[in-house]
Amino acid sequence: MQYKVPVMADLAAEGKSPDVLFWIGCAGSFDQRAQRITQAFVKILNQLNISFAVLGKEEACTGDPARRAGNEFIFQMLAQQNIATLNGYGIKTIVTTCPHCFNTIKNEYPALGGKYEVLHHSVYLQQLLNDGKLKVEGGAFKGKRITYHDSCYLGRANDIYEAPRDLIKALDADLVEVTKSRANAMCCGAGGAQMWKEDEPGTKRINTERTGQLTEVMPDIIAVACSYCNTMITDGVKSENKQDEIKVVDLAELIAENNKF
Amino acid sequence: MFLTIIQMILFYALTGTVGYFAFKKFKEVYDNIKMGQPETIDTPLSFRLKNMFLIAFGQKKMFKITFPALLHLVIYLSFVITQIELIEIMLDGATGQHRILFHYIFQGNILEGFYRFVVSFIEVLSLLTFFVTIVFILRRTVFKINRFNKPEMKGWPTKDGLLILAFELTLITFIFMMNGADRALQLQGDPHYIDTKGFLLSNFLGHSLMSLPHGALVMMERIGWWGHLSMVFAFMLYLPYSKHLHILLAFPNTFFSRPEPKGQIRNMESVMHEVKSMFDDSYQAPETDGEIKFGAKDVFDLSWKSLLDAYTCTECGRCTQACPANQTGKILSPRKIMIDTRDRMEEITRNRKIHGPDFTDNKTLLNDYVTSEELRACTTCNACVEECPVNISPLNIILELRRNMIMDESNSPQEWNTMFANMENNQAPWQFSMEDRLNWTDDLNK
Repeated sequence: MQYKVPVMADLAAEGKSPDVLFWIGCAGSFDQRAQRITQAFVKILNQLNISFAVLGKEEACTGDPARRAGNEFIFQMLAQQNIATLNGYGIKTIVTTCPHCFNTIKNEYPALGGKYEVLHHSVYLQQLLNDGKLKVEGGAFKGKRITYHDSCYLGRANDIYEAPRDLIKALDADLVEVTKSRANAMCCGAGGAQMWKEDEPGTKRINTERTGQLTEVMPDIIAVACSYCNTMITDGVKSENKQDEIKVVDLAELIAENNKF
Repeated sequence: MFLTIIQMILFYALTGTVGYFAFKKFKEVYDNIKMGQPETIDTPLSFRLKNMFLIAFGQKKMFKITFPALLHLVIYLSFVITQIELIEIMLDGATGQHRILFHYIFQGNILEGFYRFVVSFIEVLSLLTFFVTIVFILRRTVFKINRFNKPEMKGWPTKDGLLILAFELTLITFIFMMNGADRALQLQGDPHYIDTKGFLLSNFLGHSLMSLPHGALVMMERIGWWGHLSMVFAFMLYLPYSKHLHILLAFPNTFFSRPEPKGQIRNMESVMHEVKSMFDDSYQAPETDGEIKFGAKDVFDLSWKSLLDAYTCTECGRCTQACPANQTGKILSPRKIMIDTRDRMEEITRNRKIHGPDFTDNKTLLNDYVTSEELRACTTCNACVEECPVNISPLNIILELRRNMIMDESNSPQEWNTMFANMENNQAPWQFSMEDRLNWTDDLNK
């Protein structure tokens, strides 16, 4: 299958509007590891024949790290710019692979005039699964020990705990829970703009502490739903020298790989 | 008779004095909370009541950790139910009677058994509470549970916690002294001590004490009664100075729970308007009454809800235990943020009392209490907010202080300055061009 990535500006020029806008996010656009997650998700959208588009060069950072670091000016500039773009195209539904973009667009854009239905890809894929549009076939992960790391901005921030787990269960995999999971899950260390700076002085890095909790259950795969968590946990697994035994994989990649997309 | 009148005078004098001073201090707490900025918490009554009943009355979030939750439940129930007995104690004190409710309402009818049941129940819970209190003291002193021994607990917070527990032990001792001696006097046949036919536990005490001289028992009963009452009064006076204020404020604090998802940060309207007018010359920002505040530098700049949070905090440290920064040895402790906020309010009140209402001490919550190293360590993960048994948000205060630190003081780590510059110049936190946003499509079909 030849995968296509329709760009919103082109569709608008043709007078077309897609069903959903795929919000890629900065990590998904630029980070080499996260780009593979973006590709996996785009393959799923293509395979399921979903009418979608991306903003492409018109997408700007949602402003999440700036707002959380305390710089409201930069947040407002980026947010208002994005809202102008989205409203200009009359976007109704947004799906994103980034929990931070998801949280910001869903919860914080409405106060600025940006009101959309916003879905994280875990929930979107769960809906497609429940509607029978997405069929998880092949059993590539049958019996694999998979543990799931809850992202703060999906879990505690937005109470999304089941959708990612439903997807893992659909793979016929052996979902193993770590002690600190769901609302009690520990942060990977990247949120609140920590991704862009070193840890403050302490005894340990947050990502190694969290990775220790995850590798303790001896998983074959640590499933994640956030590109930042992905980076942090991947680094953690490397620092434990376990990168050959334990893979850190996004939910979209699991589905795409399983279905040989 | 003479002694009864003396006691009644003493009762009224003590109740009046305690009432006056307690009211004054509670009013001060109320005024301090009102120092905060307005925040509208727009929730329907059903939402408010549900939170209050489940979380404060029902202790729902306490049960995230079962063992201490059960212990705490014993003390909580005991405290709530003991108030019933306290009603009779207060009425007795005011009228110079003995067991006035039993005498006039319950004695000799079908309700008598109910009275005995209630007081017996209070006695059983009180005894349980006695043991639980000892376990709580041991957890803090002998077993040194980690969260009670963090740096911010040094000094007053540790003393405060132990003092309250000592209060409880004394209070319970007085209850049993009172009821035990009372029962012994009943068994001796003194008509003033109306026969209750004994309560579950004090009945045993009564039987073993009844051989004591009558005068000694009368004295013992009075010491128990006055002791109990004095402890209650002392507790009322002490409460507004103590972390133990949560027994009252847990209710309003959960009642006024914020409704939005935890991930949502409050919009800064002033900045929003300013940026809107930057983008659009014709944009008319609503009139404001002066300068823009960038987050919070001091307690006055925080929302009243954050200040209520600070007074509600009982310093249990579950937030700090759950904090990823704290777990990995950073100095950030969400509990310290709450203690600092309250300490700062108290400091301001003290200053005003001494130096007059317009006094400023050139200190602020930011920097003098909470340092930039603490604020920089937060991942905004909401673990502290999730953990708090009474719905306090340390994160809200952290974020408001961060806003001031970054926008007003421009006190930002170099890495963040780079990130801000990238976001401003190329709309991404990294130094990549917007033109390259679709580069990932290049090898999509390979």
